[in-house]
Amino acid sequence: MAGFFSRARGDSPFKRILIHLLLIFACLVAIYPVLRVLTVSLRPGGSVFSMDLSMIPADATLENYTQILFQSDFWNWLKNSLIVSLSTALVSLILAAPAGYAFSRFKFVGKQPGLVFLLVTQLFPATMLLLPLYIMLIKLSLINTFLGLVFCYMSISLPFSIWILKGYFDTIPIDLEEAAWIDGSTPMGAFFRVILPLSTPALSITALFSFMTAWSEYIIARIVLQNQGLFTWPLGTVTLQGAYYTNWGPFSAAALLISIPVVVLFMATSRYLVSGLTLGAVKG
Amino acid sequence: MSVTTQPAAACAAPRKKPASVRFREHMRRNRLAYILLLPAILVIAIVVIYPFFYAFNLAFTNTNMYNINSPDKTPQYNAGANFTEIFSDPQFYVILGRTVLWTVINVVCHVSLGMGLAILLNRNLKIRALYRTLLVLPWAIPQVIVAMMWRNEFNTQYGSVNLILQSIGLPAVSWLTNPFWAFVAVCIVNIWLGIPFMMIIILGGLQSISPEYYEAAQLDGATAWQQFRRITIPFLKPVLTPAIVLGTVWTFNNLNIIYLITQGGPNNGTQILVTYVYRAAFDYYRYGYSAAFSVIIFLILLVFCLFYIRATRGAGEVT
Repeated sequence: MAGFFSRARGDSPFKRILIHLLLIFACLVAIYPVLRVLTVSLRPGGSVFSMDLSMIPADATLENYTQILFQSDFWNWLKNSLIVSLSTALVSLILAAPAGYAFSRFKFVGKQPGLVFLLVTQLFPATMLLLPLYIMLIKLSLINTFLGLVFCYMSISLPFSIWILKGYFDTIPIDLEEAAWIDGSTPMGAFFRVILPLSTPALSITALFSFMTAWSEYIIARIVLQNQGLFTWPLGTVTLQGAYYTNWGPFSAAALLISIPVVVLFMATSRYLVSGLTLGAVKG
Repeated sequence: MSVTTQPAAACAAPRKKPASVRFREHMRRNRLAYILLLPAILVIAIVVIYPFFYAFNLAFTNTNMYNINSPDKTPQYNAGANFTEIFSDPQFYVILGRTVLWTVINVVCHVSLGMGLAILLNRNLKIRALYRTLLVLPWAIPQVIVAMMWRNEFNTQYGSVNLILQSIGLPAVSWLTNPFWAFVAVCIVNIWLGIPFMMIIILGGLQSISPEYYEAAQLDGATAWQQFRRITIPFLKPVLTPAIVLGTVWTFNNLNIIYLITQGGPNNGTQILVTYVYRAAFDYYRYGYSAAFSVIIFLILLVFCLFYIRATRGAGEVT
């Protein structure tokens, strides 16, 4: 078993084959359901319910895609999702960047409890804030508005963004601000002209994660938006499938069309989320 | 007296201090922090802090859809009747037990399978990047789509799960109409979904362990299991502790998968605490009761986290 846990080579050929077989099996399990969605999306309307297990059906057609793209509210859903997600991401970023900087650089009354509270918000079950927010939205007549939905999303994305950006600002040495200070900059000026430009990668990734959280959200949107014309794509796609009647073909086509950009974006950025946004920007 | 003179002496000193020290002192003293924080705090006060206390308040009332905006009936404080009702309902304990079971099954599978895959991936393989990309896929797909697509695959007649079972000679299972199998089904989906997160976290941890430790251990004749036990696990602890806390909280509170696949059914057989309270709030409009239920879920998680972090000291400290 020499080197089993290290990256050193030295695996016997038999073991290498075994490792590849295990990994290939795991990959198949990971992607098989997705390939099935592709298969179902290519089936013609009449044979959606089929016992066929082959990957590309013999009578493959793009009619589900044309139906989605030209006959449903697909584009309206995307537009609605885009409005809500962009607003959530932008507002969170504008509010979270200064707050994260304050948490990173200053000592102020309530800093420790504040940080702990930001973490504790992660423990709330969805209904804990959603129910009060829902009642607030009713009283403010904000039910069935994008503003009301963005309002609810802020309760998730804002604490998260502050926490992530605080962690990022902590990695920037204070020397940079000292240099700006010696050059006659005010602390506010140092933040805007030195720290923010340096943090562009972290800022864009934080915004991207707020965006993706809002983009794929269903549970809250279902409560806040009841008017079909305002549906975001998760709401629309679920209605497409229907509660009991399973309209698999168009649903699968829509699911794939929506997933592809999200998956690509996610693949490109997931490592930054995992590494806690430790991008060595100061050296650059 | 001496207490008052000391700060005065300290105040005289800064003139000679270097710029960096003056800078720090200025930063500490000035009000910039509060100016920077103000907008975020205002919004957090409205969307988090106020609703948080409102939920506690609501938990002690009999608020529901019919009395909340009605002119002749107003919600009343009901002296903890919601809590009494929850704690005296046998169903609460069944659902609590199922939630714990759901969380334990999922987190154990996420960590063990994620670690297995991470260990397999942590070596020189020519197509490692390809494996990694394919294996991360379940995490990258929006959860709504994951849930809907698996719901189709679990269809008794046309779903691929049963078709595959039948093609290898096993009987078809009525996945979503039998409470037991429905619970197995939602567990399968959530395990499938959660492995990539743990795998990536653990892979990052493994890559930070220097191979020299293993080489030294091998020279001393340590077995693979001993290496795993004495080198891998201790080095992984700083990344594993927060990952397990997060994973547990996410799984405990995971509404998407169960709600979209079974809605807690059939016959409440897949109900966990969060799906139950979500339905009580938005399908049965019992606001006071649901708020009390949410508070209980929150307190359970809070107690869990405090104990877990205390028990595994070292990582996850908030500083």
